[in-house]
Formats: sequence, structure tokens, C-alpha cells
Amino acid sequence: MTNFIDRRLNSKNKSTVNRQRFLRRYKNQIKKSVSEAINKRGVTDIDSGESIVIPNRDLSEPTFHQGDGGVKDRVHPGNDQFSTGDRIPRPPKGQGQGAGQGDASDSGEGEDDFTFSISKEEYLNLLFEDLELPNLEKNQLDKLIEYKTVRSGYCAEGVASNIDIVKSLQGSIARRIAMSSSKRKQLKALEEELLALINDKHDNIQQKRELMAQIESLKEKIAKVPFIDTFDLRFRNYAKQAVPTSKAVMFCLMDVSGSMDQATKEMAKRFYILLYLFLSRTYKNIDVVYIRHHTQAKEVDEHEFFYSQETGGTIASSALELMNDIISERYNDNQWNIYGAQASDGDNWADDSPRCQEILEKQILPKSRYFSYIEITQRAHQTLWKHYQQVEESHTNFAMQHIKTVADIYPVFRKFFKKNTQSAA
Amino acid sequence: MTNKNNTAENIHKTTVTPLDDTPDWTFDLLGQYQHEIARVADFYRLDTYTNQIEVITAEQMMDAYASVGMPIGYSHWTFGKKFIQTEQNYKRGQMGLAYEIVINSSPCISYLMEENTLTMQALVMAHACYGHNSFFKGNYLFKSWTDASSIIDYLLFAKKYIAQCEQKYGISEVESTLDACHALMSHGVDRYKRPQKISLDEELKRQSERAEYLQSQVNALWRTVPKKEQQENEQKYKFPKEPQENILYFIEKNAPLLQPWQREIVRIVRKISQYFYPQKQTQVMNEGWACFWHYTILNHLYDEGLVTDKFMLEFLHSHTNVVAQPEYNSKYYSGINPYALGFNMFIDIRRICEHPTEEDKEYFPEIAGSNWVDTVHFAMENFKDESFISQYLSPKLIRDFKLFHIHDDSDDNYVEIGAIHNEQGYKKVRHNLANQYNLSNLEVNIQIVDANIDGDRALTLRYTPHNGIELGNSKDEVLKHLYYLWHFDVKIIQEDSAGEDKVIACCPQKKEDD
Repeated sequence: MTNFIDRRLNSKNKSTVNRQRFLRRYKNQIKKSVSEAINKRGVTDIDSGESIVIPNRDLSEPTFHQGDGGVKDRVHPGNDQFSTGDRIPRPPKGQGQGAGQGDASDSGEGEDDFTFSISKEEYLNLLFEDLELPNLEKNQLDKLIEYKTVRSGYCAEGVASNIDIVKSLQGSIARRIAMSSSKRKQLKALEEELLALINDKHDNIQQKRELMAQIESLKEKIAKVPFIDTFDLRFRNYAKQAVPTSKAVMFCLMDVSGSMDQATKEMAKRFYILLYLFLSRTYKNIDVVYIRHHTQAKEVDEHEFFYSQETGGTIASSALELMNDIISERYNDNQWNIYGAQASDGDNWADDSPRCQEILEKQILPKSRYFSYIEITQRAHQTLWKHYQQVEESHTNFAMQHIKTVADIYPVFRKFFKKNTQSAA
Repeated sequence: MTNKNNTAENIHKTTVTPLDDTPDWTFDLLGQYQHEIARVADFYRLDTYTNQIEVITAEQMMDAYASVGMPIGYSHWTFGKKFIQTEQNYKRGQMGLAYEIVINSSPCISYLMEENTLTMQALVMAHACYGHNSFFKGNYLFKSWTDASSIIDYLLFAKKYIAQCEQKYGISEVESTLDACHALMSHGVDRYKRPQKISLDEELKRQSERAEYLQSQVNALWRTVPKKEQQENEQKYKFPKEPQENILYFIEKNAPLLQPWQREIVRIVRKISQYFYPQKQTQVMNEGWACFWHYTILNHLYDEGLVTDKFMLEFLHSHTNVVAQPEYNSKYYSGINPYALGFNMFIDIRRICEHPTEEDKEYFPEIAGSNWVDTVHFAMENFKDESFISQYLSPKLIRDFKLFHIHDDSDDNYVEIGAIHNEQGYKKVRHNLANQYNLSNLEVNIQIVDANIDGDRALTLRYTPHNGIELGNSKDEVLKHLYYLWHFDVKIIQEDSAGEDKVIACCPQKKEDD
């Protein structure tokens, strides 16, 4: 007796639960691996998953087993050179592979770290766990700006082009059944009666004739029920639905004056990567605008932004002005969610700082969802920081942080976007 | 093949049309092959459970792999880890998936992978559905230790029960309990049968017999003899009365603070461990038996003219890969291949029966020249790896494999060749190879000797080294798991060279001066 069963259509991924259990258990190690991986990525490279490395020792499943020492007797195949009583120097550790060549451990179970891939979703979830987009909930509803036509059921009136034939005919059938059902019942009863009369041994001609007349008239009545009626018609109904826009633009502003060295820029880059990743979880289309400045601001591409060196003084307001110009030119704040991120080492021409504060408060912040400023420096704060502090006090969509080393970036980022810590505006 | 079969071939070839040998299989063709294989298997008296052959995809095969061959597994992170590893290796192309997985159940479930060619499916059916299946049904270890008809139901119960516990008591709690049980899993098996529980009737009868006997011994005079109090005290504190090697069983029955649901989980892990215990002890035999039969059955079909040359070439290619044995200095060497050893031993037994040499007659007087079908069936039914090798490994096979024995004493700074494949060495090589498969040499001997039930409830385990081999490093980790289940101090003692008991590990860890 044998049964064949085709299981190919059964659900696969039976192990998904187990995989989730595994991720859950090693969350800490995985998170560490994720935050290390951040450093190696381009700003907009977020479509791939990530490869995670966990040291093997953390994953071990301990059991009682035999250890070192003692007497071990092993049998191996393929003797090509040994005779009884040969003594061979003990090969370096490797499962008693008594062979002189002793390179067997290469092919055996190595002590490599456990490496595996997680998907993009898993990666982002781990990265942004506990974080939420600033002001999103609050702002999203009062910034309904795009409308989409969506189907919304059926209605009894409309233009001919929107007639839904199937629905209409369903209505027609239902109506016809409803309008003729009592007559059909009568008809059935009469027909049975007629049949009984025909089968009767008596003639009953008169009765038959009457019955037939009745049947005829009923049939006519049934036939008169119209096949389709205006009452049956159903039209597809459409409604306009407001959808929050899924477009966002992210402005990266950076000081590239002589005082910013490559290491500082790298730190800024990581911050931008994080911000980009974070935004891409909420918005489908994200534009990134790179603005670098010394005494003058200039819009550049990513490579130039991070890797070209300029010298000269620093006027931060030039970048803010350029940002404001670009917003009014290309990114209507009714359609775009605007985010700004400025990185600097804090150097600025002292007279320029009040101007920065003014542009931010009057022009940029009212249009932006969020504007963040990070200062990457080992030195004391200068005028720009002080003026920005005043901005922070009066605006909830502005945040600033001080970063000293690479290790600060991730915590600072988390601090920026920590859940529910943005005080209500 | 033998001459006899060759003549059979000639007779048949004129009348028999061979089965279709297209690479792509259909259910119809599978049915035809299965029918022929079943007929030949019956001819060779292979007695099997009903076959349930399930066709699955590669992904499903990986799922099945990850749950260590249990068709229904409970959720645990280690299976997730296993799955990720399998998937990773498969994707990188480091390993092909196993062609088949077969489950010791009734009906016997075997998986065929969708991607395999028709030839491979036929090979797998002969191998799993008739080879492994008949082994599960016939071998004495499986007969006495596993209940094939109830395992699926039990696994289903286990999965549901553990899922329920997770809902009631939280995933973390259940996970810790399972971790602890898994760490002790290989110490959760009964190696010897417990006596059957006696019926109530029998119990009452024995009780009255005992009472009668006691009554007959009553002699008032004895009461006047003074008692030795000390001795009694010592006796009272001894629990368990005898050392317990089934640690999980002891925990399940005696751990003082375990929740009822935790006891049930301990029991589940213990049962599953017991279910797999015979498979651990019969790897060489089981695989050898299955390989022997897929080889014999398909060759039989070929001799009958039912399968084509094309089919045979593909089959032999796969078969040769499976039973290949790399030599000790090959970079592919990772110990003796159980498929190779087992297959060649069964082939060799058949050779000894059919064409014994003088040497065989000397070494195997009782089977040389006997009916080979009877002999291989007897061997399959009554042995496990260790006894099978020590009974049937022939000098010829030792020569073919060029086996040699290495004696490694950690006190010396060299290793010594103890025996090679020559007249003086055969028995020694065979003895040592057999021991290599003796589970009681491979698994550590560790037993619960004292639970101090009336005192601080500290649990004491005794490690008895085999050949002076130390207990592995992970003992502290395992003790933490045991402590989790027992809730009171646990320690392992070992007798040192002076004959004194020394604590080699304890949990919680004590300070030096304690």
C-alpha cells in the first residue's frame, strides 16, 4: 500500500516562526551588527538587506560532552604509509586526525562566526525600533493636499458610461423573481391540477378549458414583467479621497570650510544616511538636496558634497538662504514634506549667526516638518550654537545636538526622534 | 550481478518493455516505478509500514531539514538557527539538499523533492520507502523503543501544548525551559527497559504476600535488641537510592519547584529524545541497509529489463557519490562515511554468503555459503552499529578500506599506530571501529547520585571518566540549565587520582574560600 500526496502547494515557510524566534533572541547582537553596517553604506542605498555576523560562541547550545585528555582510539581509512607501532608526533589540535599531514581541520567544522542575511524590512525595523517620525501624526491630517479618485460602492443614479452591467442584471433578476414569484406559485398549482384532470378517467372538458385559460393569462402576466427596468440600474460610484502626500525632500546642509576635515564629514554623512533611511520608511519618493557652503552656498551632487575640499571662511546663512530659495522654486510646501539637516563644526562668522536665526525662524521652520542641527566639534560652542538654542526653545520642529565622536551619532539620532518625546506644539 | 541474474535478464529482455526514462517525472510514472519497486522489495521479503510519499519543494525541504526531521516541530529558536544555516549554505551552493527525508512513523512518511529527476525519485523511493522503512519496522531497537504509529500524534500534541504554554506563560519562560531541556536532551533517554507496571490485582496480591511474610517473621524477642541509630540515619538521607542516569526523567519526577507545565515540557523533550535514540545507534546500519536495497532493487529491475541503460548510468552516478569514502589525508575527509561503511558491509555479507573465500570460512563459518537474503535480514533485525561491526566487518573490507587504528594517549607527546589492515591487525581494527560507534563510549557517563532531599536539596552528579577523558568545557553552561530546572545548588563531582571526590563544577559558582 502506498499513497502519493502532493504537498507542493502547502504553505512553505514553516520555519518563519522559528526564524523570528531566532532574531528575537539575538536582537542585541543583531542590532550591534546593524549599527556597524550603517557606516559602510551610501546615503540612498537602502534597498538591500544586511548581512549579520554573530560570534559563534554566543550561539552555542551547550551539552555535556567529552573534553581533552585521556586515551583515544580512532580508526581511519586509506592507510598509505603506516605500519603497526609507528609513532607520529601529535598533530596540532584537530579532532584526533592522526595523519601526519594533519590539515583536516580546514575541512571540518571551523570556528567561523555565524553569518546570515536579514531582509530590508527586518533591517529597517531593527534600526528604527522605538523611533517615530517627528510631528507626523499631528501634521499629516491638516496637510491633506492630494486627492485621489477611488471607487466607493454603487449608486442608483449616474452617467451611462458608469453603468455596472453585472450589478444591474443581478438587480434585474432579483426584481423579476420578486415580482413574479406569487404568480409562479399559482401557475404551478394550476398546472398540477390540470395534470390531475388529464389523468382522471372522466372527461372534465369544461374544467380543463377554464384551467387552461387561467394558465394562459398567468403566463402572460409573468411574461409582462419587464426584463430590465430603470429601477435595476446600478452605477459605479466614485469618491474623492484625500491622501497625505508621500513626497518628501531632505536638505543636507554642510559646512565645507577649511575647518571641516574629512573625519568630521564622515560623521555628518552617517547622520544623513540615518535620516534618509528613516524618511524612506514613511515616504515613497524622497529627493535629496545637497547644499554645501563656506562663504557662499552651492547645490552639489553627493560625491562632491562629501569629498571635495574647500577653504575659506564660513557664512552659514548663505546655505539657509539657498535652501529657502530652492524650496520656493521647486518644492512647494503644500506638496512636499520638507526636512532639513544641517551639520557644522560650529564655526561661523559672528555677525552672521543672528541672521541664521532669523532665516530659520521666519522662513524655513514654518515650511518644514523638521529641522535638525548637529554640531561636530571637540571645542567650545560658538555664536551659532547660542543663537540656535534660542530657536530650539521656541520651536518644536527644531532640534540640535552636539556630537563629539562617531559613537555619538547613533544615540544622538535616537534622541532626536525618540518616541513621544516631542512636546506637543 | 550474478550469472543467474544475467540469464534472467536474457529471458526477460525479449518480452518486457522498459519503463519510461524521461528526466521529468509525473505522478503516473512515479506510480509505475513504485509498483515495480514494491514488487521487487516483496520478492526480497522487505516488510514495511504503509508508505506515504509526499512530494515537496526545495523550500519545504529546508523547512523539514530545520526541524531535525520531525514533520511537526514545536517553535524554538534553535530550529530557526538551523534553518538560517541550511538556507545560507544552500544559497551559496555549498551543499545540495538531501534527496530525501524519511520519518519513522506508521504510515512511513517520506519526502520526494520536486526538483529531482525521475531516476532520482526512483532511487529515493527504493532507498527510503523500502530500505529505511523496512529497517524501522524490523530492527530490534526500533521495535522495542519507538512506537511508529503514535509519533505523529504525539508531535502534534507537543506542538500545540508548547504553543499554549507560550500564550499562558510567555515566550521567554517557555524558551528558557526548552533551552534547559535541550542541553540535557542526550541525558533524557532510558537505555534499559523499565519493568512493566504491574496491574492493581498483582500489586494487591504481592502486598498481602509481603504482609504475610512480615507477620511470619514477628518474634517479640527481637524487640529487646538495641538498635544501631547511626546506621539508620545514614540510610534515611540517601536519595535517590541508586544513581540515576536519566537526568530529565529524574527532574520531571522530582524537581521540587517545577511548575506542572514545565514538567510536561521536560517530558516532551525526553520523549522526543527517546524517539531519536535508536536512530543514533544505528546510523551505519540504517543507511547501509537503505543503500544496499536501493542498489539491489534497481539492479534487479535492470536485469529484468524494466529500466534502461540511461536510467542506470544516472542512478550509478548518484549512488557512487553517496557511498564514496575519502581517505584520511583527503581534504574532503571528515571521518568514516556511514553510507560507505554500511553499504559495503551489507554487500560484503552477501558476497560471503554467495562466494565465500577460505578466509571468510575461517572468520564467518556460520554465514559463509548460507542464504544471503536470510542472513542480511537477520543482521538488520538483531544488531546495532557497534555489535553489527564487531560481528560482520570482514578482513577483506578492512583491506579494501585500508583501515588503520591510531592510539592517542594524552600522556605521550606522540600518537601510535595501533593496528593496520594486516593479519595481526584485523581483530584490533574491528574492535576499535566497533567501539567508535558505542554510544556509551561517546556520550559522557554522568549520573545523579544525591539530591539531599531532607537538607539543602543540593543536587550532586557524578562524572565517571571513560579512558581518563575530561568532561568538556561547556559543563558550566549546562549546569546553569540544570540549576534552572532544579532551583537549588547543583554540582558535579569526579573521583581524582587519589580516590577522593572532587567538585569539578558547580552552580551557582562558589567563591574560592567556600
